[in-house]
Amino acid sequence: MTNPLTGIAHMLGHPFIRYAFFAGSGVAVAAGLTGYFLVLRAQVFTADALSHVAVAGAMAALAFGFDARLGLFVATTGVALGMGLIGQRGKPDDVTIGSVFAWILGLGVLFLTIYTRSRSTSNSTAGITVLFGSVFGLSSSQALLAAVVSAGVVGALLLVARPLLFATVDEAVARARGVPVTALGLGFLALAAVTAAEATQVVGALLLLGLVAAPAGAARRLTTRPYRAMWLSALLGLAAMWAGLGLSYEVPALPPSFAVVAVAAGIYLVAAAAPAVRRSARRRRSRATAAPATGSLELDSQAAARTVM
Amino acid sequence: MIPAHVAAQGAGVPLSWDLAQDIRQLFEFHFMVNAFRAGTVVAIAAGLLGWFMVLRSQSFAGHTLAVAGFPGAAGATLIGVNPAWGFFGFCGAGAAAIAAVPRARSGTQGGGFSEESAAIGTVQALALACGFLFITLYRGFLNGVNALLFGTFLGITDGQVWVLVGVAALIVVALALGGRLLLFASVDPDVAAARGVPVTALGVAFLLLLGFAAAGASQITGSLLVFALLVVPAATAQRMCARPAWSIGLSVGIALVVTWLGLSAAYYSSYPIGFFVTTFAFAAFAATHLATAVARGRRSRQAP
Repeated sequence: MTNPLTGIAHMLGHPFIRYAFFAGSGVAVAAGLTGYFLVLRAQVFTADALSHVAVAGAMAALAFGFDARLGLFVATTGVALGMGLIGQRGKPDDVTIGSVFAWILGLGVLFLTIYTRSRSTSNSTAGITVLFGSVFGLSSSQALLAAVVSAGVVGALLLVARPLLFATVDEAVARARGVPVTALGLGFLALAAVTAAEATQVVGALLLLGLVAAPAGAARRLTTRPYRAMWLSALLGLAAMWAGLGLSYEVPALPPSFAVVAVAAGIYLVAAAAPAVRRSARRRRSRATAAPATGSLELDSQAAARTVM
Repeated sequence: MIPAHVAAQGAGVPLSWDLAQDIRQLFEFHFMVNAFRAGTVVAIAAGLLGWFMVLRSQSFAGHTLAVAGFPGAAGATLIGVNPAWGFFGFCGAGAAAIAAVPRARSGTQGGGFSEESAAIGTVQALALACGFLFITLYRGFLNGVNALLFGTFLGITDGQVWVLVGVAALIVVALALGGRLLLFASVDPDVAAARGVPVTALGVAFLLLLGFAAAGASQITGSLLVFALLVVPAATAQRMCARPAWSIGLSVGIALVVTWLGLSAAYYSSYPIGFFVTTFAFAAFAATHLATAVARGRRSRQAP
């Protein structure tokens, strides 16, 4: 591994790595964009609930002998639309969401038990795969499906980005201007549900919050302009995915989903610390310029004090 | 200590029609007595702190603290120390991390809240990812993961019960001393701050206690289902009754009943305890919502 380029070429020589990067990139961009709106609309807890619903859905499908993906999509979309419909009458509070998803996860545990019992071997790896993902285990068709679905989510989200942003920032005005706020909210929840189901296959149900919350939170720390933050969120998600996958390939002891989430959390930490560091650097610089002026002119130090503030 | 037939099929003792004999059988084995002791202590702590958590609408933070127990236990197993250290260490660290995020003010529009929730979500994902790393590094442990995440009542030792009793005592004493102030600071932070109540310090202390309660509860229900004991009894109690003292008592009572029923059902059936505890808790929650909705409908029909 002396030349990094040959190292990367060697890494991409493995088909399973290519599939992982292919599917992972799509999911990361979709999660980054969805995550930005989820953070903006203060619905991160909803994403948390969806991730738990995804577990229950996949387990139920496995227990009754269906494909796990079917259960994932049906459960997340169904619950998301249900929450959205309840939200029309009175926004479901955190407590209601929490109580419902605690119970749904309890059902998931029941299904997991039924599944592991029926297979006679004490095989619990299916549960682990749903909970923590298996990006290096994707087949070419699975990777293609993940990429296509993610592209669909990204396309749909970009199409409604402008009215959705309007409806998020000022719901009352948007409604008065004729924006279909309710339909937009429902549609967005459905998109978030599809993203959650897709991300479950890559990083696992329990870790998808890292792809949704961390890049979006970091982007909002770095810029206040909505479109720039939206793209930055997608870009940071992609960077975390690539860096995580590469890291996990280099250090086999690190599972890929851990590496991806750890990089995403690291990006958020840096972004959260950056403004504070910049502020203290600016203060130090202005103090350095103010220092020789202290004795000579009062006006100068006042101006320096103003720049500090 | 655990009888062979119980260990073999993960409980599942035949149930007879004689209730007295069933109850006697329930306490026949020492491990089951310990499970009831631990469950009782945990339910009291979770019912108390969960009530304040719901009042302060910090469910997301509470859920994050709850799952922080998973990497704690996995990490402790990896380096070979008592899991209790891992549970309480990681939940305490999670509480400190969340406390470092500025608390959103309900008055401010959007920005503050979303910032806080993004940070909490990141902490939660990172905690779970660390847990996954630890169990991958410690290979033989993989079969115990489900117990860690979804709970088990087998094999609770006397030592664990005493640790839980100590933590619960700490929580009860702390709430007895500072409960009134915490209530004031939760209901109206601005007025409380103006009256000289240390609102920020109380918030941090509360998060730490919540972390400890979550750590204790996750030893029974598993990290992912702690919520069933923290949020559901409290939410049900607050719906039933508006007076703080009665409501707190109800919350503890519901948590206790749910835990006892869950333990008994898991003992006599062959399904995991996490499923029963969440189902009983949710049944109470749904029934209360239905009852209050019906009562409100009747009142509004009588009113005109």
